[in-house]
Amino acid sequence: MKKVVYGLIFLLAVIHQDNNSLVFGFMPLGLFYHALFSCMAAGVWAMAVKWAWPSDIERWAESADG
Amino acid sequence: MIAAPTLVALGQAAAPASRTPLVVICLYLCLLFALGWFSSRLFRGSSKDFFVASQSIGPFMLLMSVFGTTMTAFALVGSTGKAFSLGIGTYGLMASSSGLIHTACFFLVGIRMWSFGKKYGYVTQIQFFRDRFESKALGYLMFPILVGLIIPYLLVGLMGAGKYIFGVTVGMFPGTFAAGAIPEWLSGLVICAVVLFYVFFGGVRSAAWANTFQTIVFMIMGLVGFYVIADALGGPAAASEKALAHTPEKLSREGLMTPAHFMSYMLVPLSVGMFPHLFQHWLTAKSAKSFRLTVIAHPICIMIVWVPCILIGIWAAGLHAAGELRVPTLPNGNANANAVLSAMVKTFMESPILIGLFSAGVLAAIMSSLDSQFVCIGSMFTNDFIVPLKGQVSDKQKVWLGRGFIVLIVLITYVISIFKPQNVFNLGVWCFSGFAALFPIAFASVYWKRVTTAGVFASVIVTAVTWALFIYDALGREVGEQWFGVEEHGEYLIAGVMPVTFICLASVMGLVGVSLATRSPSRETIEKFFPTNG
Repeated sequence: MKKVVYGLIFLLAVIHQDNNSLVFGFMPLGLFYHALFSCMAAGVWAMAVKWAWPSDIERWAESADG
Repeated sequence: MIAAPTLVALGQAAAPASRTPLVVICLYLCLLFALGWFSSRLFRGSSKDFFVASQSIGPFMLLMSVFGTTMTAFALVGSTGKAFSLGIGTYGLMASSSGLIHTACFFLVGIRMWSFGKKYGYVTQIQFFRDRFESKALGYLMFPILVGLIIPYLLVGLMGAGKYIFGVTVGMFPGTFAAGAIPEWLSGLVICAVVLFYVFFGGVRSAAWANTFQTIVFMIMGLVGFYVIADALGGPAAASEKALAHTPEKLSREGLMTPAHFMSYMLVPLSVGMFPHLFQHWLTAKSAKSFRLTVIAHPICIMIVWVPCILIGIWAAGLHAAGELRVPTLPNGNANANAVLSAMVKTFMESPILIGLFSAGVLAAIMSSLDSQFVCIGSMFTNDFIVPLKGQVSDKQKVWLGRGFIVLIVLITYVISIFKPQNVFNLGVWCFSGFAALFPIAFASVYWKRVTTAGVFASVIVTAVTWALFIYDALGREVGEQWFGVEEHGEYLIAGVMPVTFICLASVMGLVGVSLATRSPSRETIEKFFPTNG
């Protein structure tokens, strides 16, 4: 699952790279897509927190305390 | 369709202008002062509390302090100006890319850095690098470079605040000050005094409290400003239609930036992985779980702040093209993009109280970065310079050394800002590029066992040399006589991409090439920093 999440993050970076109409009457289409992209980024990072969390590092750091 | 006066000659008020906005700004600063006093009462007296808040900061405060520190005045003032010049492509160029890259830095590097800080008691980035790369000399090499990259960043904030207050207060004190406005030296002095008050007594904990408050203020005021301006323009649809009619090119990216330029900009946000002041905030987290909210909410917070500013920027472009908005000009006759937001506020916000509140929001964005940077440099001077030189320093002495250096760095920054260094605003993206090019070191330090001290030295030196060479070419030589790049789309580009591309490439080549050619680190170091084989 961790690999799937990292794959999605990479895919998101590719999508990020790849007209004048207005969405909702005021938001330029390109800006709308990128605002949507920000929401997708939050969603993918939520998946990363759920399935790719470095719990081994967390456990190690919070074990007995230079 | 336009309810407000369509032309306001900024800075040419005949009668004394209303001082209400200034009163509101002063009330805001008093509130911040009170919060600083309250948070300094929570200071526990130890150096660990002064420099990393005893690692006690929870998820919400961590999100607010990290986001507030990351978002400078550029998030409000610069983004609007950039959208005025470059159109909506600015959002993809700087905001949505940051939502992905910043968060990747927090998730992939920040949590691991926090774990080493928690386990081994580091309070600065350089302490970690010294241990990880088994070299005290590396600390002395990186110290001046990191401090040198932060100083212009501090100056941009302080001078930007002075310029903004000057613009807002024009005509308030005719006969007392030039243009009747609060001079930049005075507003800079007040801002420095307020920030110094709360970070001097409370250290990072006070900075985290102040950042939380200020981040909430600038996020809310950004939205309020957007609503008021949109309403004055007859609603967002009418405003966008006007922009579409007069400057249709600003509503798409094509023609204003190339895909290569756009893609290379994605390297700039890597800088957050190397900001010493963000590293310090990472170390304040109570637990690794505190990072979860920051990781998920950071892209959304960026969107909340940036989308309204981008829209205001393209609306301003449409109004300017239609002759309905006057924007102060630069000496070359072009509109001053950095003055676009204040022109929109002064033209379309009629309530002096709202102008004051919005200005407080702009100041909040600036001060929420300044405080963390001041504390961070104080901490670096104490923990990375004095302590290694002197050896044994008591805990109480560390706190007072930290306070002394904070006062010193505030004084130095303020004095430099009085002399108004001309090129400092051009240095912003260069500072970010320098930090971004050093990011491979941070990434390799937690993921690549084979990276060596010599490789890191090579990477730092190569980065410094290429950075200095390109910055001299961009800012020190006449346009048309540059060795490597050319001015395109208002940026210095090399082969059509941002210079950060080549600086990063040189940094990675130095790091990997020299590491592979030299002896790997000791087994003890590898076991210390790769305990879980992760």
